[in-house]
Amino acid sequence: MEGFPVLSALILSPLIAVIILLFVKEERIGLIRAISVVSTSICLILSFYLLWAYDKVKGGYQFIEKVEWIKSLGVSYHLGVDGISVAMVVLTSIVIFTGVFVSWVGVKHRIKEHYIFLLLLVAGVFGVFESLDLICFFLFYELAVIPMYPLIGIWGSANREYATMKLTLYLSFGALFALLGLLSIYFVSGAQTGVYTFDMLEIAKLSFDGSYQIKVFLPLLFGFGVLVPLAPFHSWSPIGHAAAPSAVSMLHAGVLMKLGAYGIIRAMWLLPQGAQFWMPWVAVLSLINIFYGGMVAMSRKDMKFMIGYSSSSHMGYVLLGLATVNYIGVNGAVLLMFAHGIMTALAFSLIGFIYDQAHTRMMYDFSGLAKKLPFVSIAFAIMGFASSGLPGLANFVAELMVFIGAFKDYPIQAIVAVFGIIVTATYMLRCLRDVFFREPQDKWDHIKDATTFVERMPFVILIAVLLVVGFYPAIIVDIINTGVVPLVDRVNAVPLG
Amino acid sequence: MDIWALLIIPLAAALLITLVTRKNEDLSSFISIGAIVLCFFIVFPYLLKMLGNPHMEALEQSFTWLQVKGLTIEMGTIIDPLSIIMLFIVTFVGSLIHIYSRGYMHGEHGFSRFFACLSLFIFSMLGIVLSNNFIMIFVFWELVGLASYLLIGFYFEKASAADAAKKAFLVNRVGDFGFILGIFVLYYATGTFNFIELGHIIAAGKVDSATLGLAALLIFCGAVGKSAQFPLHVWLPDAMEGPTPVSALIHAATMVAAGVYMLARASFLYSAAPHFAMMTIAYIGGFTALMAALLALGQSDIKRIIAYSTLSSLGYMVMSVGVGGTSAGMFYLTTHAFFKALLFLGAGSVIHACHTNEIWHMGKLFPKMKVTAVTFLLGSFAMMGIFPFSGFWSKDEILSAAYNADTFLFGLGVFTAFITALFMTKLLLVTFFGEKRYHGHPHESPGVMTIPLMVLSVFAVFAGLAGLPGLEPNFGTFIGGGHGHGGEHHFNYAVATISTAAVFLGIIIGYALYSKKDMHEDILAVKFPKVFRVLENRFYFDYVYDNYLVKKIYNGIAKISNFIEVYIIINFILNGIAYITRQIGRGLRLTISGQLQHYTLVMVGGVFVLMIIFVIF
Repeated sequence: MEGFPVLSALILSPLIAVIILLFVKEERIGLIRAISVVSTSICLILSFYLLWAYDKVKGGYQFIEKVEWIKSLGVSYHLGVDGISVAMVVLTSIVIFTGVFVSWVGVKHRIKEHYIFLLLLVAGVFGVFESLDLICFFLFYELAVIPMYPLIGIWGSANREYATMKLTLYLSFGALFALLGLLSIYFVSGAQTGVYTFDMLEIAKLSFDGSYQIKVFLPLLFGFGVLVPLAPFHSWSPIGHAAAPSAVSMLHAGVLMKLGAYGIIRAMWLLPQGAQFWMPWVAVLSLINIFYGGMVAMSRKDMKFMIGYSSSSHMGYVLLGLATVNYIGVNGAVLLMFAHGIMTALAFSLIGFIYDQAHTRMMYDFSGLAKKLPFVSIAFAIMGFASSGLPGLANFVAELMVFIGAFKDYPIQAIVAVFGIIVTATYMLRCLRDVFFREPQDKWDHIKDATTFVERMPFVILIAVLLVVGFYPAIIVDIINTGVVPLVDRVNAVPLG
Repeated sequence: MDIWALLIIPLAAALLITLVTRKNEDLSSFISIGAIVLCFFIVFPYLLKMLGNPHMEALEQSFTWLQVKGLTIEMGTIIDPLSIIMLFIVTFVGSLIHIYSRGYMHGEHGFSRFFACLSLFIFSMLGIVLSNNFIMIFVFWELVGLASYLLIGFYFEKASAADAAKKAFLVNRVGDFGFILGIFVLYYATGTFNFIELGHIIAAGKVDSATLGLAALLIFCGAVGKSAQFPLHVWLPDAMEGPTPVSALIHAATMVAAGVYMLARASFLYSAAPHFAMMTIAYIGGFTALMAALLALGQSDIKRIIAYSTLSSLGYMVMSVGVGGTSAGMFYLTTHAFFKALLFLGAGSVIHACHTNEIWHMGKLFPKMKVTAVTFLLGSFAMMGIFPFSGFWSKDEILSAAYNADTFLFGLGVFTAFITALFMTKLLLVTFFGEKRYHGHPHESPGVMTIPLMVLSVFAVFAGLAGLPGLEPNFGTFIGGGHGHGGEHHFNYAVATISTAAVFLGIIIGYALYSKKDMHEDILAVKFPKVFRVLENRFYFDYVYDNYLVKKIYNGIAKISNFIEVYIIINFILNGIAYITRQIGRGLRLTISGQLQHYTLVMVGGVFVLMIIFVIF
């Protein structure tokens, strides 16, 4: 595959599918689904190829593609991946591949449009993880965010207009700040060298003045932080999850939130001293995410809201890991981005599966589902235990690394974070007890278990990934590590004056 | 390589049952039983090797599991006398309980699931025993918690079982919270998780005493959870919601002993830890022992009585570790595994026959169930510590260690022995003798259940001889050998006399109280209703935990957080901003009337204002 533009192919595969879908008749549901499955399978294969072919010894950015685009402004179509991006690309393709099957079961009307927006969104996400040009990065970022508006607005459940409006406003607001920061870097770097370029690799060669870095890191941190979501700017996220259809919740929590964390990682890379100054503050804010998010999750009775707040709680671990700026913590953070993405995709697909049949997500409406739905119950229990950091599942390894990394410089945060897994276990086990255990009720006799191939496959794949990474984390950690080591070295290279 | 098979075989059995043979119940149970028996035969040659060579070197095998710059985590096994003895207990008692379960669980819904969970448990438990480093032990520690959760919640349709499972997992999590922090403290002080390396570093005096004390106490939190010590003891009695063989395997012989095993494994830390830390541990153990014995006195559910006696025994073991008698603690763990598994399985046999747990609905079962009754009697004698049953020797070692360390703890231990004899006498008299109070026709359990009882009773009687003072090599040689203390044990006649006197006093008082003919409820409940109610209510620990710690504080914080989220952040601030924006928009809309006169008027007005400003300034 030497010379084959793998990264472009990853972006183009869903985009071409979108173009084909535009010409397919609405009624031909089978064909529409087949096209979506094929295009996302290609993504899956390509991303696993990346995982296999990425040279871990060499490290750095690989599979680079660069084409001049707007020469006068220094914009180019410039792609490349390091170890961190490879992990994120693999995550994205697993989530979208399973998401297509979840939509197959769950989405009943406007199927064609649904898949079009879903695939557009994913093309954008791949673009963000692969871009090495700031303008490309930003354009793909917007491409990933905009389809959320129709996806929630049209196919969502209760409160969807409010939710989608709030989500779009928040994310646009954040994007505005991020854009300001990126443009500032463009102009300052241009003034410094005389060559105006959006090329991240070129910009990364420069060293900016420390006080400038501190100033411009803040809008980037805020802009991307909103997407993470960094408390207290998180409230768009749980309601967005709750109102979105299953596959969109999966992508939203599984992948979109990781874009925010990825943005922060890139900002750390470009502005190391800015990161040095601000990351301790992130460590403080992450406490709010972890503790407050977990506590709110505990008192929620709507399962989607519970997982929604749980996500913002667990993204707090990611932020804490990044804030440690040491090898162990940052590796843990990136692995947690991966593990949490898979786990939360599993959570939303399962809740969606139940909701589509029961039309309620309130825990107190249910009991004894385990009797009726053994397969779904086991999958849900695995998800719950993954989320509470049980060994053997991917999240444990990631959280362990975050804890070890954080314990050195931020013992208080580490203690609260470890306490956070008790909180997670509390609401997950309470949910298991309320919904799946206890006496079964007659009114839920009509609910059916996942029995067909299409119904079961997404759950099986996601659980398998959690188990494989949980038992043998090196499969993905080795590659993440090649991206993390230069990042951490760079941030710590020049101490703040 | 055969060491790794000890982990692979039970895991493979669990997976095979879950994924393939679930529908075929007989096959599933045979796979599970076959797995544990196979493990036993792998362990047995090591046991013989150890007996032939008391001072064997520890064997380690490990591989790198996870490596990032600055952190390497290994998975590795260690084979030394400590792990061999524990492996023997787990696989031997485990095999008997697996076999017994085939009879006991016969016809139950979820038969295959039960055996899959048992195999998962064995996998996790063997993992704890084999671990050569703290991360690995923590990994399997949590997996044991999972297996225990699944087995306690086996009858998940019963709300009480679902609650008990959740409670067990969460209470253990609280202990693990300290455990993992302790591991971090030790890691940052030494740079390794490996037991043997840690032992060398600490023995060389490279870690200061305060750090050691902190690490010792934090790691001890893990044992407090798993071995159900005060104040985290509340989950163990509730765990009796699980099927009886589970209570025998997990909540008596093996899992709860994991805490004590871990303390013994980390004896390099506890032998170097400062005095106050060790005394804290010893007093927590001693207090738990006494408290649980008193609580056992107030129960009338046969499983709960034995559950509290287990708590009490665990307290003994922990106290022993605290006073420096690690090998005595391990010795007690070994004998306890036999007699406690025997008592639980015997209780299971009785429950199986009478279909009730209530001892006041039994009585005079001796003629009906001779094998169960006789083996139960032997187990009880061992438990009480009557000469020459196994419990006598091991309890005596602990009391001697306490005697040399702290007189108050010694007194506590003797008093606990007295109470233990009292409630065991009550249990025996009310269940097997006295008056007939059962309904229906109880009959002896089938051979698949009674044969394990007989085998266990042999060990319950004779296992104590392994620690016979003067024997060379004896139990202490193997465990105490490597770590410098606890190995030497001289038989102390004073201690033996005092403890034996306490036990017989307990039996006599128990006989006097409970041998009356026409008794249908506890005489203590009639004589001392207030005291008895306190005991029945478990000293109100559960009440206070549930109603204050969990409902008021924990859930309260959650409710306050949710209030802040919903009313302050979302409804007030965010929707407030949205509302103001909308109102401003609405207000400004009035200015865009579409009539030219209005615009002209505003324009002229503007010009006037500008002129005035111009003139004045």
